[in-house]
Amino acid sequence: MEFNEYFILGCSAIGAGLAVIAGIGPGVGQGIAAGHAAAAVGRNPGAKSAVTSTMLLGQAVAETTGLYGLLIAFLLLFLKPLLP
Amino acid sequence: MGYDIMLSQGADIDIMIHGIFKYSFFGHEVWITTTHVSILMVMLILMGFALVANRAIKRASEVPGTFQNVVELIVEKLDGMVDTTMGKGAPGFYNYIGTIFIFILFSNISGLLGLRPPTADYGTTLALGLITFTLIRINQIRFNKPADIWKDMCSPLPPWLPIWFPINLISEIAVPISLSLRLFANILSGTVMMALVYGLLQWVASAWPAALHVYFDLFSGAIQTYVFCMLTMTYISNARGEN
Repeated sequence: MEFNEYFILGCSAIGAGLAVIAGIGPGVGQGIAAGHAAAAVGRNPGAKSAVTSTMLLGQAVAETTGLYGLLIAFLLLFLKPLLP
Repeated sequence: MGYDIMLSQGADIDIMIHGIFKYSFFGHEVWITTTHVSILMVMLILMGFALVANRAIKRASEVPGTFQNVVELIVEKLDGMVDTTMGKGAPGFYNYIGTIFIFILFSNISGLLGLRPPTADYGTTLALGLITFTLIRINQIRFNKPADIWKDMCSPLPPWLPIWFPINLISEIAVPISLSLRLFANILSGTVMMALVYGLLQWVASAWPAALHVYFDLFSGAIQTYVFCMLTMTYISNARGEN
């Protein structure tokens, strides 16, 4: 079997698709953070702004791992490091 | 070879950084890229605003006009943000945090003006992350004794048993990398998403992508600006210690 450029490009695309599965984790994590923040605001509506800013900060930090996966996908798709 | 099926080679979808002007720098080939151009435009806008604001504040009146009010509001909000996060050490960081906040915010939003956001280039965000890293280290050395820093670096184990030292060292080095990658990847993903919408949908993408711009450029950009500044302030005040 011959492994030409198109084969490598196709495998890169599959790899990019697999890499963005990393988005599941941050999705679940951000959902949990938002849920707890909603509960906190429900218990103590006066602290809404403080709870919201803390939630956004935590969510943005949790998002980082998903973004690493996204970066790998972008690298595979646009820079094509696997091509000879 | 025709890779026309690949997005980066298509005629309509353009997310890459392009070189505009090439010059030789001590034998190295160096390019002036689209990032430099858009960063210069952002800087011009900010400098123009700063000049106008400076003149308005110099002729400040007891009862402020509209523009003076807006400028005072911006400064007050930024200083308040630094105050609530950094406590006693805040006054020394008003200028720096305010500056990078406005710069990153305008860089992220510049996608709305049709520029390629300068923060979607890893060179820009890595520079910002390294400035934060330098500030952390300088503050740590200024406000802590060397023995305390050594004890901190061997943290879970006693200072005479530095087995944990390499791991702590790696986690310190990871700070600027994760800071810069977070900002870079967020803005880059917004840029790529908008390029895909405009490039793939052609005439279908008229008017309604404005809603996507609100999310990817305004919301995401503002959140990431806030997060970058908050994390910078938190790291610095951690490095300064309890005083």
